[in-house]
Amino acid sequence: MADKILKKLNIKVWRQKNAAGKGRFETYTIENISTGTSFLEMMDILNNKLIEKGIDPIAFDHDCREGICGTCSLYINGHPHGPDTEVTTCQLHMRKFKEGETITVEPWRAAAFPVIKDLIVDRSAFDKILQAGGFISVNTGGVPDANVIPVAYEDAEEAMDAAACIGCGACVAACKNSSAMLFVSAKVSHLAKLPQGKVEAKKRANNMVAKMDELGFGGCTNTGDCEAECPKSISITNIARLNREYIVSCLSK
Amino acid sequence: MSSILTASIGRKLLMSITGLFLISFITVHLAINLSLVLDDSGKLFNMGANFMATNPVIKIIEPLLGLGFLIHILWSLNIGYQNWKARPVRYQKTSLSKSSTWASRNMLILGTLLFVFLIIHVINFFLVIKFNPHLMYTVTVNGIEMEDTYTLVASLFKDSIAYCILYILGGLLLGLHLSHGFWSAFQTLGLNNKYWMKRLQVIGRIYAILVAIGFSAIPLYFIIKF
Repeated sequence: MADKILKKLNIKVWRQKNAAGKGRFETYTIENISTGTSFLEMMDILNNKLIEKGIDPIAFDHDCREGICGTCSLYINGHPHGPDTEVTTCQLHMRKFKEGETITVEPWRAAAFPVIKDLIVDRSAFDKILQAGGFISVNTGGVPDANVIPVAYEDAEEAMDAAACIGCGACVAACKNSSAMLFVSAKVSHLAKLPQGKVEAKKRANNMVAKMDELGFGGCTNTGDCEAECPKSISITNIARLNREYIVSCLSK
Repeated sequence: MSSILTASIGRKLLMSITGLFLISFITVHLAINLSLVLDDSGKLFNMGANFMATNPVIKIIEPLLGLGFLIHILWSLNIGYQNWKARPVRYQKTSLSKSSTWASRNMLILGTLLFVFLIIHVINFFLVIKFNPHLMYTVTVNGIEMEDTYTLVASLFKDSIAYCILYILGGLLLGLHLSHGFWSAFQTLGLNNKYWMKRLQVIGRIYAILVAIGFSAIPLYFIIKF
């Protein structure tokens, strides 16, 4: 069966020349979009039209376009990664929108994620948090035998669930406080649940939280918006674990 | 260790510890207040009030309670400011109604309204009992002479519908605040996991409903009965 065609859509999008620019919303009209088109393909089609008209195309982040790299962002109609659940923007399809609808597209909004151009924000703050403690010490030398360190099945599963975080920043975008707690908790958790992560455990939570605060992210008020909007459904139980790890981390100094 | 008070999680820890302390106070407060409805002669309530006024343990806890309120209120403003600063440019269109509860997103507003209520409440009763006892009647219950706290409370509710409504509203606001605050305190202390998440949220909601109904029922009882 052929996909339905959306005859007309209005795309209200944030345009900002550069980091120092003021920025404003512009509304563009786009016609004949198949509901099978992905959101980013629709943006590509719109950009082609803009180029034909001599307008600067809309800048947005994208890379793998298969929902695993965490590069795409966009705050669409009040939701990070749009109205669909458990998907990134690149996996969002136009069948989620209605004929004649005005779709509002905004960049992630957070002091720690400044806008670079249009819909692209600088998410290097996440890298800085990881550099502060999101790593483990590994000895050099021969490759150790797989399964030489016993890991309980439950722990491996929970570590893997936390490790599903792709660092896209949707949690920060969704949170009313622009808090990075879900991201940090996922990165702390996937190491805390495994024996390899125990070496730096005492310092990790403290250092990562200190960096998170320093970079200007807000605090967690347990609203749960992050979990609801996370494309990988990272659970806020990880935040409880981060809080535990943090308290232990503080008390052991 | 020093960072625990200044870091975002540390500030939240203080909120949850003082919050749980205030929850324990509210539970005792509600238990004693319910005697207003159970005994129209006022004996039971007067005995309860007298016990609280004379008990040495309560005398020690009283200033701690004041401190608990102070920290909970001041830190909430500090946290609120930090969180507000973290998003300098707001979204034009947000849609959070499905992914979080209204109470969880508006704890500061609920808290501010509760603070206004608290001031009125303190002026109504606490200041009179504590600093102007000569304004109160005395009554003898079971051979002990004590201040007639029942008359102080009952006459306010009997004389003024406006105060009754205010106290009903106060109860409902407190319930809303606790519907998020209760489980949130445990989450912040790290006392939560995938098994306890749902349980704590359900217990918190039941507790919030009991508190809201319990406190609101008292002025409602006076409206209906007198």
